[in-house]
Order: sequence, then C-alpha cells, then structure tokens
Amino acid sequence: MAVETPVREPVSPPRATARGLLGSWDLLVLVALVLVVVVGTLTIDGVGNPRFYRFVVLEAIPIALIALPMTLIVITGEIDLSVASTVGLTCSVMGKLWQSGLTSLPALIAISLVLGAVLGAVNGLFVTVFGLPSLAVTIGTLALYRGLAYVVLGDKAVADYPVEWTRDMIAPIPGTVIPWFVLVVAALAVLFGVLLHATPIGRGLYAIGNNAEASAYSGIAVMRTKFWLFVATGVVAALAGVFWTFRFASARADNADGLELSVVAAVLLGGVSIFGGRGGLLGVVAAVALLGTLRNALQLADVPANALTIVTGTLLIASVVGPNVVRMARGRLRRRPPEERTQP
Amino acid sequence: MRITGVRLVATTVLAALTLAMGACADDSGSDAGAGSGTDTGSNSSGTIKEGLKVAFLPKQVNNPYFDTSDNKGGKVAVGEFKGTFSQTGPSEASPSAQVSYINTLSQQQTDVIVVSANDKDAICGALTEAKSAGAKIVTYDSDTKPECRDVFVNQATADGIAKSQIKLISDAVGADGGEIAILSATANATNQNAWIEMMKTELAKPEYSKLKLVDTVYGDDKDEKSFQEAQGLLAKHPNLKGIISPTTVGVAAAARYLSGSSYKGKVQLTGLGTPNQMRAFVKDGTVKAFALWNPADLGYLAAYAGGALASGMITGKEGDKFKAGKLGDYTVGANGEIVLGDPFTFDSSNIDQFNF
Amino acid sequence: MTALPTAPPGPTGPTAPTEQSAPTTAVHRVFVVRELGIALALLLLVAVTFATNTRFLSAQNVKDLLLGSTILAILAVGQAIVIITRNVDLSVGSILGLAAFATGTMLQSAPGLPIPVAIVVGMALGAACGAVNGGLIAAARVPALVVTLGTLYVFRGIDYTWATGRQINAADMPHGFLRMGNASILGIPVLALFAVVVLVAAGLFLRWYRSGRELYAIGSDPDAARLYGIPVGRRVFWAFVTSGALAGLAGVLHAARFGTIDANAGLGQELNVVAAVVVGGVAIFGGSGSVYGAALGAVLLTTIGSALPVLGINPFWQRAAVGALILAAIGLDRSLAVRMARRLRGGSDRGR
Repeated sequence: MAVETPVREPVSPPRATARGLLGSWDLLVLVALVLVVVVGTLTIDGVGNPRFYRFVVLEAIPIALIALPMTLIVITGEIDLSVASTVGLTCSVMGKLWQSGLTSLPALIAISLVLGAVLGAVNGLFVTVFGLPSLAVTIGTLALYRGLAYVVLGDKAVADYPVEWTRDMIAPIPGTVIPWFVLVVAALAVLFGVLLHATPIGRGLYAIGNNAEASAYSGIAVMRTKFWLFVATGVVAALAGVFWTFRFASARADNADGLELSVVAAVLLGGVSIFGGRGGLLGVVAAVALLGTLRNALQLADVPANALTIVTGTLLIASVVGPNVVRMARGRLRRRPPEERTQP
Repeated sequence: MRITGVRLVATTVLAALTLAMGACADDSGSDAGAGSGTDTGSNSSGTIKEGLKVAFLPKQVNNPYFDTSDNKGGKVAVGEFKGTFSQTGPSEASPSAQVSYINTLSQQQTDVIVVSANDKDAICGALTEAKSAGAKIVTYDSDTKPECRDVFVNQATADGIAKSQIKLISDAVGADGGEIAILSATANATNQNAWIEMMKTELAKPEYSKLKLVDTVYGDDKDEKSFQEAQGLLAKHPNLKGIISPTTVGVAAAARYLSGSSYKGKVQLTGLGTPNQMRAFVKDGTVKAFALWNPADLGYLAAYAGGALASGMITGKEGDKFKAGKLGDYTVGANGEIVLGDPFTFDSSNIDQFNF
Repeated sequence: MTALPTAPPGPTGPTAPTEQSAPTTAVHRVFVVRELGIALALLLLVAVTFATNTRFLSAQNVKDLLLGSTILAILAVGQAIVIITRNVDLSVGSILGLAAFATGTMLQSAPGLPIPVAIVVGMALGAACGAVNGGLIAAARVPALVVTLGTLYVFRGIDYTWATGRQINAADMPHGFLRMGNASILGIPVLALFAVVVLVAAGLFLRWYRSGRELYAIGSDPDAARLYGIPVGRRVFWAFVTSGALAGLAGVLHAARFGTIDANAGLGQELNVVAAVVVGGVAIFGGSGSVYGAALGAVLLTTIGSALPVLGINPFWQRAAVGALILAAIGLDRSLAVRMARRLRGGSDRGR
C-alpha cells in the first residue's frame, strides 16, 4: 500500500517517501476527527443522528472537491486563491445560459467545465509562461473572475431551474441519507490520491515543491506539470460551481464568496506545507471532514457563529505552530548527545 | 523521540477538544429538556402552548436592526407565552451560511423558526426540510417563496412604504421638484425591490410629475459601501435634489456623508431609519423627516405568529385571526401575509420620544 | 555594482527583482520609472473622467477622493513594509475593525477623552495585534500567510463577540472627534494629512535608516541576511508591529470618518490592501518596491472606484478592472526585471 518502493529516483524527495502514505500528522487529524465524532455523539443531542452527517456532507462537498487539486498545487509550492471566484463565475455563466434558453443539463455542465478549464489555464499561463508568482496572480484573478461574475449576471439571482435538477443534485444514495454526490468526490479523491501517492508524476510534484530548480535539471517538466494542475483546479472548481448552483437552487454572482479561505485552511490543517514538498491527500480529506463535523457539532451545541470564527482561526494557527514547536523541541533534544551527525 | 513528540501534540489537541466539547455540552443541556409539542389538534380559540422553542434567525447576527427586533421584541413575546427564545445565525449575511443554521435548528427540533431570508430561493429547500421535520416557519423582514414558509410577517405593505417615502421626499424637495435617486441595500433583497417597484408606480402619478428618478444604487447594507455610493451619486448627478434610502444602514450612511459635505441642506434625504441613528442628522438639519416601523414590534409580532401556528390556533390561510399580546388582534392576509401596520414618520417634533 | 546579484535566469526563478540595501542608479531608475508609471496612469484616469464630467474635480469630490484614499493608503504603507520582508499580513482588515470598534466604545463611554489619546490607544491595540502576528511568525518560524489568515478569523471573531450586534452611532461620539473626520486645512482633509505624515516617515525610514534598508535585504534573501548578521526575526517582528499599529490608526480614522461603527468595519479590506501594494510595484516575494508606490496604488484603486460610475461604466466592472490591473502590474514588473537583468548582465560583459 505504501509507496516505500526504493526505486532509482532522479531526485529523491526525502520527506515524501519517508513519511509514507500515512504520516504522523495525517494520523493525528484522523484521531481528532474520530474524537470529535465520539465526544460529539455522547454529549451533543443530534450528532449521532444520520441527518447530521447528511448536512455535514452537503456542506463539505464543495470544500472537499476543491481541496483535492489544491493539495497538489500547494505541494508544488504554488497556491490558487481564485477558486471561489471560479465557482462564482461558473454559477453566473450557468445562470445566464439557462436564462437565455439553454435547457440541456449535460450541455450546461459541459460548458461550465470547459469554462473552468479556461479560467484555470489563464492562471497557469501567467504562472508558468510569464513566470509570475501564483500568490499575486491568483489574487488578481480572484478579483477579476468575481468581477466578471457580477458583469455577467449583475446582482440578480437565477433560480427558476426545474425542481428535479435541484432535488436530484442533493438526493441521497438509495437506502441511506448520504447525498450521492459524495461518490463523485470519492472517485476524484481516489484519482488524485493515486496520482499523487502512487505515480512518478506524484513523486515529481514533491520534488518540484522541495526544489523546483533541481527537479527541472533532473528532467521533470516543471512548467507543464504546474500548468495542468491549475487547469485541473479550474475544472474541479467549476464542478463545485455546478453543485453549488443546484444545491442552493440559486445562481448568484456572490456564490461561494470567501470559500477559498476555507479550502486553504483545510489543506493546511491537513498537514500540507505552504512552502511545498510536504503533505498528503489523506490528511487533507480528514481535515475537511474534521472542520465540517466540528463546525456543525458546535453549531448544534449553540456555540455562536462569532465564537466559531475564533475556533477556525485558532485551529489554523495551531496546525502550523504545533508541528513546528514539536520539531524545534525534538531538534533541541536530539542535539544534546555529542555523537550528533554532521550538520546537514 | 519522534513518538513522544507526536504523542505530546496529540494529547494537547485531544485535551483541548475535550474541554471544548465539555463546555458545549453544558450549553446544550439547558435546551434538552424542552420537548416539542406533538398535539396538533385544532386550537383556534385557545392560548399559545407553554414551552415552545422559538428560534430567531436574522440575516446576520451582527446587525443592530435585528438585535432590536429579536432581543427587544421577539424575546419579550416568547417570554410572555413562556417559551424558550434563542437567536442564532451567521456572522455575515450569506445565504449558504443561513442554510447551515436552518439545518441545525431543524435538527434541534425547534418548534418555530423565525427567519429573515438572505436569498428568496437559496434557503427554500432547507426550510421545506425543516418544515417536514415538524417546525413552523415564519419569515419576517424579508420573505422567501410563499410555499416554503407558513406565514410572512410584513413590516408594512410595499404600497404603504412606497407612498410614505415618495411623499416624504416630495415634501422635502419642495414644489419645484427635480432629480432624485435611490440608495438601496443589496440588489437581491426581495423587500427592497418590491418597494422600489411601487415607488416607480407612485412617481408616475400626476402629483409627482416634477420628480424624476435618475438612478438606483446599492450599498449592500454595509456602512462603508453605502457611504461611498452616496458620494458617487452626488459626483455623478450634479442636479440631484433628493435621495431616498429605504434601508437603515443606507440612510444613516448617506446622512453622515451629506452632513459633512457642502451638499448639506441642498440635497434632501429621507428613507427608513432608526431614531437613535438619525437623531443627530434631524437636529442638524440634514434630514427633515424619515420613516420606520418599530423593529421591536416586528419581532414581537413574528414571535406571536409563530406561537399561534405551533399551537394550532392558526394555519396560515387567509382570514385566520390571532391576538398578538400588547399589539392586539391580527388577521392573516392573502399569501399568508400579516402586516404590522403603516410606517411611522419621525421628524424634529417627535424624535426625542423614541429610543431604539 | 558588485552589490547587485543578477536576477535568476529563465522563468523558473520565482524570486523577485532584487534591490539591495544601497540601490544603484540603474536599479533606482527602474523603480522611479515604475512609480511614475502609476502616477501617469492615475493622471490619465483623472483627465479622462474630468473630460466626461467636470464635476469630478470639484472641491467636494477631490476632498472625497482624498478621504477615500486615506485609510487604504495607510494600510498599504504598513502592508508594503511587511511584504518587502517577504511576508504578508492578511489580518489588517480585522485589526482595523477591532481598533475602530474599540475607539468608538472608548469615546462613547468617555466623551471628554482628548483625541490624541484615542489615537494612541487605537494604535497600541493595533500594535498588540501585530505583535501577536509577528511573535508567532518570528518565534515559531511559521509562514506569515497562514498565521495572518488565522488571526484574520480570530481578531474578527473577537470583534464580533465584543460587539454582538451593537452599533455605535454618530450621535454617541464626541463632536470634536467627528469634526476631525471632516475638517480640512488649506483644502486638504485632516485625515489625509495623517496619511501623508505616515507615508513620509515610512519612506524616510526605509531609505535612510540602516534597519530600514535591512528589511530589503531580508526580503531579497532571508538566509543570506541571517548569515550577514541581520537579526531577521526581530526585524520581521517589528515590521508586523508597525503594520498592526498602522491598521490600528486606520481604525481610529475610520471611526472618525464614518461615525457609524459596527463589527463589520474593514471586512474584506485585506485583499484591497494587498492589491494596492502589488499594483504599486512592491514585489510579492519581497526585496523591492517602495511605500510611495504602495500609497499611489491605493490612490489609483480608490480613484477607479469613484471614476467608473462617473464615466457611466457599470460599477460591476470595478472588481474586474482591479483584477486586470493587478495582473498588468505584476506582468509589467516582471518584464522590467527581466530587462534590467539583461542590461546589467550585458553591462558587466562589456566591463562597463
């Protein structure tokens, strides 16, 4: 299962292989998730209820979707802050098309996904061909795409979709209460998981994140890889936009405003280093579930929204400060014996 | 070494989580006892049942208008019929966050959900789901689709608001008339758009032929944005004579801008505002008169409507009658609408008698 | 000339154009050109808008433009200082909100409080928030992006919890304070003078003080700066304290200007600030740019916001225009950097 195979790698991404599939941080997030579920079920009325998980899943789907490709992007040391605006623009365009008489669902979805690919490609182009920092580029496209969403749809909402569409989008898997769309997320998670953890491409992503220049010299197509990652992120964000539109039966230009922060928070809490080169998908998926469950459980326990804001922020800070403090403390302990290995 | 480190972090995190959960458990404990009534028999002449769980879900919790309507009106009413009052909701006015709170309330088996819709359509599905779980749905301030709720408590009819606003701006601008503009909240707000439409109808009447509506801008119910939009209106329309801002946030921001600018007294302003926010501007002459209903009364009436629904006294069909405490008797109108009354006009002669 | 490392070749190098502590004339010229470019764009925009509607330059509207730019410009100066050290502060909007609400509450309960005291308290609160950011970043060695994203939530949450739906109205605040928000001296709003003082002070500090120039060295190459003996952690810490204090000042000015304060003051402002700084030619990966450029960027963004409605362009285009402007600005910086690198390399080849 684990990718421990010591093959002859051109560039060894040391941490990636050493961590294996299930790093200690991933395990920690999983344990925290289980704990929240257990403690929540015991102490909060309604957390044990299947309906609770239906709502948690419904809310987590857009974040989970976008977090998958975002993980890969952050592992290569880049970031995409324009994802929520891509969702908004997709919703707007879909609303506009529906309004102007395009009533075929497959066509609407297909056009949305193509649009997402184009928006992602624009990001990718600026980052790779022009060599601009992705942080600045995607802050720019964050404003640009959201602005275009308003230009397309103004401040009106398009909401007169057929009831079957909006109902079917959140319909449960027969015999359960869990929405079927979660299967789409699961399929994509497996796809991205295999890509990242079991293919040379995935190892390449870690190598790029650890040292882009070195991996370029060792034959990894750094630019092409990054470009396609941005395209993939755009497509997945557009898919989240399709889901969003029908889940809320309302296409508005401000759909998913601010969602990029939730996605980035989940990816970082999942143990992915903002500097690239470290982290895995399992931790991220567990972090999405942890944040969603915790948030809904606390909401059910009548914790006010204002306090939840503080909890989210604190968790995010703890997720980076915690491991660093541990690493420093460990480093100090290890330095004590005199037979310490030579300086790296 | 590695293991201990991990264990250290794990223990800390787990301890923190346990503490957090423990604290929450205490909070939820108080609500757990209040069961939801299952008696759905007809009770048209009776009284409101005791122990009802009534939850207010405003557009956002950090808005003074809703603070007044919920905590100074709804809470009082729920106390009068011995129910359990709560106010919950998102910190920012977003439809998706509101859906999440509707789901939470429905899981908590709340008897009555009193909600002001951030989006007419987006919260409809969640409300329907809550309804089928047994909750009665009352909308106030801003409505959703009629089929997604039981009754809508309307602060005033669109017609009444439009008539009062146009009358006020016409009186303020004077007989010569001129260009006027509207500074609204968000462009998706159901109530705002209905009022603006009715104002246009009203303006078409011969007695207002000298008033010309030249622009409608949106301040999104944010103070800063409204302030800047007011500023933009004056930069764009040199001949502007008056501004109508039918939203408490907008009218206060516009008044603040005008009072500090060279347009004070030259450009007239009216709208829907609260006396406390507007007092300074009425006294310094920026605003001659403005209107509003009492938001506390709105919350009060909404709570009673919800109580009556949950007790089976009314069903939300046209002609249903109920008594709303100190406010007296109300009748459900077409489309399940209950109207609070006509808006009240505040000016320098009466503003000191109010404090909200 | 030897002080200048050549810019990394090829598109792989994510590092920004590097300006060392002592800018040589060639490098300096590029950045002066860069700031002139923004000023030119600003002039062009004002001219076109003025031609469409002469009222755009009426005394009242100019005052409004200056007032509108003030708060964003002050935030941009603080942000520029942080970004020059290759960090970023996303929590400024939340700090502004917290300081504005604190100022309002304080003046409401003690109307006789002298204005300078209110300003000092607001700045001190902001500085304390900045110290939290800086402390975590410098001591725990964690990325600024993540920490300030976290404190963006935390500070706003504290603000929300404190306010819980309360609002402070203009009528509750002392007249003298509100008058400061509107008063002018020689046609220039008092609030804008605050921005000018902040800007000039920050500009002089970065240009003429050793510790100011060291910030550029840290941003260009933190490891090299550390090896060279610059106390990187301490400098970065103080950069965040400065940014926090300026956000606190912006909060006080916000309270004076708008009069009505609820817990949402400054919500979402962080992206506008970063946008202003980036448009103003400060490289997002540190080491180059100036506070003057950042302030010009803030004025340009504010002017776009006021000019679009006057030009009759649908205001929905505003955000899209800002986005396009950011992309154009970083693209321009990149091409300038590449050109400069080429020129420097060519120059040294010929042994100039």
